[in-house]
Amino acid sequence: MKHYEVEILDAKTREKLCFLDKVEPHATIAEIKNLFTKPHPQWYPARQSLRLDPKGKSLKDEDILQKLPVGTTATLYFRDLGAQISWVTVFLTEYAGPLFIYLLFYFRVPFIYGHKYDFTSSRHTVVHLACICHSFHYVKRLLETLFVHRFSHGTMPLRNIFKNCTYYWGFAAWMAYYINHPLYTPPTYGAQQVKLALAIFVICQLGNFSIHMALRDLRPAGSKTRKIPYPTKNPFTWLFLLVSCPNYTYEVGSWIGFAIMTQCLPVALFSLVGFTQMTIWAKGKHRSYLKEFRDYPPLRMPIIPFLL
Amino acid sequence: MGRLTEVAALGSGARAARWAGSPPTLLLLSPTSPGCAATMASSDEDGTNGGASEAGEDREAPGKRRRLGLLATAWLTFYNIAMTAGWLVLAIAMVRFYMEKGTHRGLYKSVQKTLKFFQTFALLEIVHCLIGIVPTSVLVTGVQVSSRIFMVWLITHSIKPIQNEESVVLFLVAWTVTEITRYSFYTFSLLDHLPYFIKWARYNFFIILYPVGVAGELLTIYAALPYVKKTGMFSIRLPNKYNVSFDYYYFLLITMASYIPLFPQLYFHMLRQRRKVLHGEVIVEKDD
Repeated sequence: MKHYEVEILDAKTREKLCFLDKVEPHATIAEIKNLFTKPHPQWYPARQSLRLDPKGKSLKDEDILQKLPVGTTATLYFRDLGAQISWVTVFLTEYAGPLFIYLLFYFRVPFIYGHKYDFTSSRHTVVHLACICHSFHYVKRLLETLFVHRFSHGTMPLRNIFKNCTYYWGFAAWMAYYINHPLYTPPTYGAQQVKLALAIFVICQLGNFSIHMALRDLRPAGSKTRKIPYPTKNPFTWLFLLVSCPNYTYEVGSWIGFAIMTQCLPVALFSLVGFTQMTIWAKGKHRSYLKEFRDYPPLRMPIIPFLL
Repeated sequence: MGRLTEVAALGSGARAARWAGSPPTLLLLSPTSPGCAATMASSDEDGTNGGASEAGEDREAPGKRRRLGLLATAWLTFYNIAMTAGWLVLAIAMVRFYMEKGTHRGLYKSVQKTLKFFQTFALLEIVHCLIGIVPTSVLVTGVQVSSRIFMVWLITHSIKPIQNEESVVLFLVAWTVTEITRYSFYTFSLLDHLPYFIKWARYNFFIILYPVGVAGELLTIYAALPYVKKTGMFSIRLPNKYNVSFDYYYFLLITMASYIPLFPQLYFHMLRQRRKVLHGEVIVEKDD
């Protein structure tokens, strides 16, 4: 069996960083990354990007050396992705924040509102309902992170946790401040509006959860396979007929529901910003699906049926 | 937020840098997917963008250049000529006013219509980026133009008592010189005939104009603060049926504070562009 030699150069400076000889032809990139870590322990595998071309795309961990367009002496280019943090850690942190922060405002902890309001309780039913909904939403997200989602990437750049937490925690505080404010004004159309909004919220939460479960079942544990999602027996998943990312559709729906329920402009703005971001992701995902699968259902739009 | 003078140069600087190294008629078209570095929570469950936000680049690799359509070139040429002319008119009007009246008092009032027209017209530049005929990020251009619109409409137009402040003249002069340079630079580039002087001006004037413009803007906002506080303008108090509040006074304070991290970044970006374009230095960026 012919062994390969692998030399790893810095993508920017072309400096020779590592030379590996006697590499098995069926070695994976993941294994090469582990070998590369030995002389350079500060560059653990998660922060390595190895590529065939300095400006090209990163090779996947599962790629096999033999199958790559290289000779028996392969040259790989290394790029440092920077400090990495696991997706699970980021998700747990960014979701635990809003859960906790909202409750600080709900219980009117001192130094937020005037002292005469410390630890008082709102006299509006909708305020209590909003707390339950908001808290439920983030508890659901935390549980899904721990038990439902199957991540295709293990890590992301460390700076993302600061960006993401600022976003989630910031908006949570901003919303919570007004909803739990002593001068909060309940919705104009009263109980009717709240009931409708609650219905929207609950339906969309169930929908979102159904999609998460459907996506989980699409992928066996520990694998990174990608398949076209299809509707199942669960009616909530029938939205797959019309959109590629119904989880995002339902998520936007939930927040619209919450905005109507609380009649709070910051909530509406948060929904808008979230919608913008999720549309970008949905479009990217949709494009990936189209590229990867020739037979992708043509009726589907990324996030809004027929429209977007 | 009140932006800095050569701020338009930021995106354009990057643009210009590209042009400087290549025939101006071959313009890079921006890719359809926006740089994900521009978005906040850049995590995605299935990570099509992956965690690696090294994809902060919003410009395509050199191999993907396409010729700009005839219509787009014609429109952009017209647009840049018109804007050059507009800001020239403004410059002349300001000089004439000062020569006739000998004072800056009343200067803003006499040029405000022209200023508002041409500065507001610049909103089109966002559209140019959106439709891809200009290879700059929509976000960068959006921020730049918005900050100008903010200064013109939400500060000088809306807060009449500060219209005769010297600081207003300061940023007006900085903006005018900057814009004339910038738009003529684009015009000549589009016409495939860029005099070195214009390129030189574009990459050297900002060194002075940037800080001058920033100073003018900050001083103007600062002068406006007492009036904003007194009148409570543009502000909403609780209780109200949308359960939101906004205090323009604090908003302005935060805006002023934001100059501290932002100005140096933009300034040093322009300095780096300058070294690249004028001195052909190869600069290895941190996150290339």
